[in-house]
Amino acid sequence: MSIELRLRVERTGFNLDVDLQVPTRGVTAVFGPSGCGKTTLLRALAGLERPQAGFIRVNEALWQDADRFVPPHRRAVGYVFQEASLFPHLSVRGNLDYGRRRLPRGAPRSPIDPLVRLLGIEQLLDRAPAQLSGGEAQRVAIARALLLRPQLLLLDEPLSALDEPRKQELLHYLASLQRETDIPMLYVTHSRDEVARLSDHLMLMEAGRVVAYGPTGELFARLDLPLAHGGRAEAIVEGVIVAHDREYSLSRVDFPGGNFVLARQDLPLGSRVRLQVLAKDVSLTLQRQGETSILNIFEARVEALAEENASQVMVRLRLGDTVLLSRITRKSAASLGIVPGATVFAQVKGVALLS
Amino acid sequence: MQAPDIDALLITLRLALLTTLILLLIGTPFAWWLARSRWRFRFLVEALVAMPLVLPPTVLGFYLLILLGPHGPIGGLMEALGGHSLAFTFSGLVIGSVVYSMPFVVQPLQSAFQAIGERPLEVAATLRASPLDRFFSVVLPLARPGFLTAAVLGFAHTLGEFGVVLMVGGNIPGSTQVVSIAIYNHVEALEYAQAHQVAVLLLALSFVLLLLVYGLNRRAALLRS
Repeated sequence: MSIELRLRVERTGFNLDVDLQVPTRGVTAVFGPSGCGKTTLLRALAGLERPQAGFIRVNEALWQDADRFVPPHRRAVGYVFQEASLFPHLSVRGNLDYGRRRLPRGAPRSPIDPLVRLLGIEQLLDRAPAQLSGGEAQRVAIARALLLRPQLLLLDEPLSALDEPRKQELLHYLASLQRETDIPMLYVTHSRDEVARLSDHLMLMEAGRVVAYGPTGELFARLDLPLAHGGRAEAIVEGVIVAHDREYSLSRVDFPGGNFVLARQDLPLGSRVRLQVLAKDVSLTLQRQGETSILNIFEARVEALAEENASQVMVRLRLGDTVLLSRITRKSAASLGIVPGATVFAQVKGVALLS
Repeated sequence: MQAPDIDALLITLRLALLTTLILLLIGTPFAWWLARSRWRFRFLVEALVAMPLVLPPTVLGFYLLILLGPHGPIGGLMEALGGHSLAFTFSGLVIGSVVYSMPFVVQPLQSAFQAIGERPLEVAATLRASPLDRFFSVVLPLARPGFLTAAVLGFAHTLGEFGVVLMVGGNIPGSTQVVSIAIYNHVEALEYAQAHQVAVLLLALSFVLLLLVYGLNRRAALLRS
C-alpha cells in the first residue's frame, strides 16, 4: 500500500516540485510554513488541481500520468476542507448520505452507526448544518468523507478554522479515529502540536519541496532539521501504561529503553500512550544524582550535538531504542566533556501526555 | 370585460409564460457559462445581454422587425423555406420578448451561480458526484432563490412590454394584441372605464408576483440561517 507521487506545478512566485513514494499507513502529517505547497499537493492528489506534469498512483490505481487524468469524482479519496463546507440545503443525515449514495455498485459500504458514534454526532443527524457549531460541522464533514471508505483520506488543516476549545475537542476525536480506523490519512497542518499528537509519519515541506520524510518521532529528533531546534524542540516517546501508584497518584509508562513516572493518567493498564519530553526540560549530569526531586533519570549515550546559538547546544541522547533531546549551555557541554559517545545521566523534569 | 380584452389578456399570459420558459431553458446554461467562464472577452457578451436594459424598446423592436421581416435574414430564410416571415406573428412576438427580457432572467441566475462559489462543487466532486450530477444536486437547490427571482422578473417584465411588441407584432386583435396595447387603445378612444378594468388587473398581478418573490426568498433565507 503506497502513494507514488511526482508533481510539478509552476505559477508566478510559486513552484511545487515533488517526487516521492511513501507507504500509506496510519496518519502522515504534511507539515510546513504557509505557502510551502502543502495544500496544492493535497488538491493535486484529489484531482482538484491539475499540475502541468504529474504522476499519481495510489495503491493499485493510476490517477494521473502523461496522458491520463482521472477526474476527482472517480478517485477513491475523501477530502476534508479547512471549513466544514457542509451542503446547507441538506440535513446532517443528507450530507452523510450524499457521497455514500454515489459509490459505485458493489463497492464496500461502511455502516453509518459506529462512525457516527465514534465522532459523537448521533444526536445531530436531523439538524440543519446552520444549527451546528464549527466543531460539530467539521466532525460531520469528516464522517461524510470517511463513509466513502476511501483509499486515502485527505485533511487540509481541518482544525484551523476552529477556536481553541473546539480544536482540543476535535483533536481528541481525531486521535480516537487514528486508533480505530484503518483508512490511511494525509493530514496537512502548520501546527507542530497537531503533528506531535496525531501523526505516525511526517512529510516536511519547505518552498514547494519535501525536505524530509520519516516516522514523526525520528524526524523530531533529527538535529539537521529545524524541528529539533528552538524552545519547542521535543522528543516524542511511545509507551504503554503498566502501573498506577494510588498512594502518590502516579502512573508508570514503559518505553523501549526505560520507564517514566508521571502524574496519574486516567487510562486503563495496557493503554498505548504518546509522551512529549521537551528538550529544555532535560538536564545532564555525569553521575547519577541521589538526593533529588526528579523522578525520571536515565543513563544515556550522547549521539550527536548541534549548536543552537552562541550560548546553547542541542544534545541528542539514546536510551535503547528511544531518543531524547536535551538543550544545555555550551559552557556546560564543554565543562562536562559532552561529546558524541560519552555516557551521561539525563534528568527529565517534565513529561506530558500527548495522546 | 369585453371579449377583445380577454383575448389580449390570454395572449399576454401565453406570451409571458412561453417567454419565461424559453428563457429559463436557454438562460440557465448561458448564465452558468457567464458565471464560470474565465474568457477575457466575457465582458463583451455581458454588455450585449444587458443592452435591452438601456435600449429604448422601439429601437430594439425596429431592428427585430427588420431581422424578422420578409427582407431580413431570419424572416427571409423562413420564407425561402416555404414558411412565413415572422413579423406580425405570435412567434415573432415570442422571439422579441425573449431578447427583450433576457437580462432579467440571465442576470439573477448569473449572480446566484456566482454566489455559490467553487467550494460546494469541489466538495461534491470529492463525494463522487459527476459534473452534471453536481449541477442538479448542488447548484440547482442552492440557486433556487435566484431561479425564482429570474422566473418572476422575466414573466412580469414580458407582461408589461409595449414598444417591442408594437414594432414586431403590430396590433392584430386576437393574434398579437397584448394587454398593454389594449390599454393604450382604450385610452386613445377615451374609454377610461375599460382601460381601468384591464390596468387594475395588471397592477394587481404584478404586485402579487413580486410579493411571491420577496416572500419566498425571505423564507429561504430564514431556513438557511
